[in-house]
Amino acid sequence: MIWKMVFGALGRQKRKNRLIALTVGLGVSLAAAMLGVMFDVGDKVNQELKSYGANLSVVPRGASMLSELYLLTDEGEGQARDEATPSPAGLAEHFISEADLYKIKMIFWAYNIVDFAPYLTVPVRIGEKKTLLIGTWFQRRLDLPTGEKVETGMTALKSWWRLEGQSGADDDAAGVLVGQRLARELGLQPGDTFNLAAGGQTRIAHVRAVFDSGGPEDERIFAPLALAQSLAGRPGLVERVEVSALTTPENELARRAALNPGSLSRIEWDTWYCTAYISSIAYQIEEILPGTRVKAIRQVAESEGAILGKIQLMMILLTVLTLLCSALAISNLVTAGILERSVEIGLLKALGASNLSVILLFLLELFLVALVGGALGYGAGLGLAQLIGFSVFGVAVDIKPLVIPLTALMVLAVTLLGALPALRALLRLKPTEVLHGK
Amino acid sequence: MRDILEIKAVSKIYGAVVALRDISLTVPQGQWLAIMGPSGSGKTTLMNIIGCLDTPTQGQVLLDGLNLGALSHAGLTAIRRESIGLIFQEFHLIAYLTALENVMVAQYYHSLVDENEALEALARVGLRERAKHLPRQLSGGEQQRVCVARALINHPKLILADEPTGNLDETNENLVMEILSQLRASGSSIIVVTHSQEVAAHADRVVTLEHGRLAQDRLVENSASLANEKILTLSPQRDLGAPLRPNIVE
Repeated sequence: MIWKMVFGALGRQKRKNRLIALTVGLGVSLAAAMLGVMFDVGDKVNQELKSYGANLSVVPRGASMLSELYLLTDEGEGQARDEATPSPAGLAEHFISEADLYKIKMIFWAYNIVDFAPYLTVPVRIGEKKTLLIGTWFQRRLDLPTGEKVETGMTALKSWWRLEGQSGADDDAAGVLVGQRLARELGLQPGDTFNLAAGGQTRIAHVRAVFDSGGPEDERIFAPLALAQSLAGRPGLVERVEVSALTTPENELARRAALNPGSLSRIEWDTWYCTAYISSIAYQIEEILPGTRVKAIRQVAESEGAILGKIQLMMILLTVLTLLCSALAISNLVTAGILERSVEIGLLKALGASNLSVILLFLLELFLVALVGGALGYGAGLGLAQLIGFSVFGVAVDIKPLVIPLTALMVLAVTLLGALPALRALLRLKPTEVLHGK
Repeated sequence: MRDILEIKAVSKIYGAVVALRDISLTVPQGQWLAIMGPSGSGKTTLMNIIGCLDTPTQGQVLLDGLNLGALSHAGLTAIRRESIGLIFQEFHLIAYLTALENVMVAQYYHSLVDENEALEALARVGLRERAKHLPRQLSGGEQQRVCVARALINHPKLILADEPTGNLDETNENLVMEILSQLRASGSSIIVVTHSQEVAAHADRVVTLEHGRLAQDRLVENSASLANEKILTLSPQRDLGAPLRPNIVE
């Protein structure tokens, strides 16, 4: 009987019900799109920001300070390098074994490690010009003990570099990338060959590409790691690794842990360790590469967190505002509907229908309408999310399954919220006031 | 015969307006009572209180021995559902339900829906063939008869009718009165609020309200025909606890 009443009433108030469905649909479409983008935007923004470089730097514990100094100086770099060269006995403290680097992809948050590249800096001379040659992996394929194969290297890590010529190749032992300022000074073009001198050795190199990084690297040479190791006489060693990792914005817990993980309680420690904070990823890399120190490139990490946080906050605010607007519109429509049907409601009450059963009847009607509106709105929201994805990020937004139950909850919440004033009016309605027609 | 309704010193006050003042009335089971009076005399207020749609400000109402004043809102709703059948002047049928479904609505809120029983109720009011028609496809008289069928479907202890023929022509008025007479004959207790002497003439007893007071309480000796009516009048100041001693008026 109740379904006859529900569908009968739905059929009688077609225009109003269409308006309610449309209102729910509009609200839900915007909210679903926002949620879809919000859940995916973390990865999208992270990937966008990752294209601007690494956010972690792995250095040997014993040599970290000096290596950083070399990278900041332009003049006398070679001399500084020569003076800082450790004795063979101290190599383990000043360098990282290239053979251990695959372990970075085996930490707890391995899937959040987007890319990494090792570096070994060698002071070189090209004619009379002193400069630094930096050996690296351009695009190295790694076979992990888990059977997984990954590709990593500087090409992806420095994706914003503009290259004139061919990209770097690890198997081209003499092929190097020359920074555009150095190339201009030396008159080098892609395809040119030149002599490299370092530590009494001389090698012939050829220019695969001239790159423009927009930074101090434009005065340096990037070469396959093997060439740098050979020139430096440090086979199988690297001095620094840059890691790009997808991270969660830092919070108080992460900041405390970054200062001293030992200060956390067991539960806090577990929470921190199992969350992709930059500090917990750094900690895990230090665990797997003993003797190294992993430092967050704080500015990048914090910017990522801040931007992501702000975008997500904006999405949440927009979603809430949209839903509130929908609830307000629904409220007006439903209240008007209740007023129009006051005699019917009074009659049902007079016939002995409890307040609860009358409310149930009206909510059933409303939820059926909202369900249709919500389903249409969800579909529209998916389209809208893709539109946002393509127009803002240039890629499709991957809608997470979580959006579906959340959308259903939103439909429920908006409908209930919108129905509240009407239900209040319904509860207050007295049959005596509407039935006697006097 | 036991009393189906006892009203003891009931008053209803809305702010400064006294709608009912110290009304006392007893209705034996099976009696057809007509409540008359000019507009504003308190007829509808009294009907609302008897029908558990409103509560008195003072006094006590007992329906089949049950003190309605002791009941909660939900309790009064249950009494309406279980014990009272309501007939309205403006019919109040649900526009999107058929005649049959309108009768079944009362069943639905009472207990279980039984289509055959609802059809029988429609048959009792001569509308079995119109069961699948929507209210807009029925005449005023037919709509009122559906309303009567809805009122009697749950076998209520008391049928309350508010101006049941107020919107009907003479033919349909007679039809509805005939149905109510049949119900009366089958033992139902009926209270009708009316302006119409013709309707009141079908009752066993007529009470008249004036300015919220019980002005007159009279028995109709032969309620089947106005021509042969012998009206039994009572002084409004009579002792309500005393047995009814009618004066015959030719």
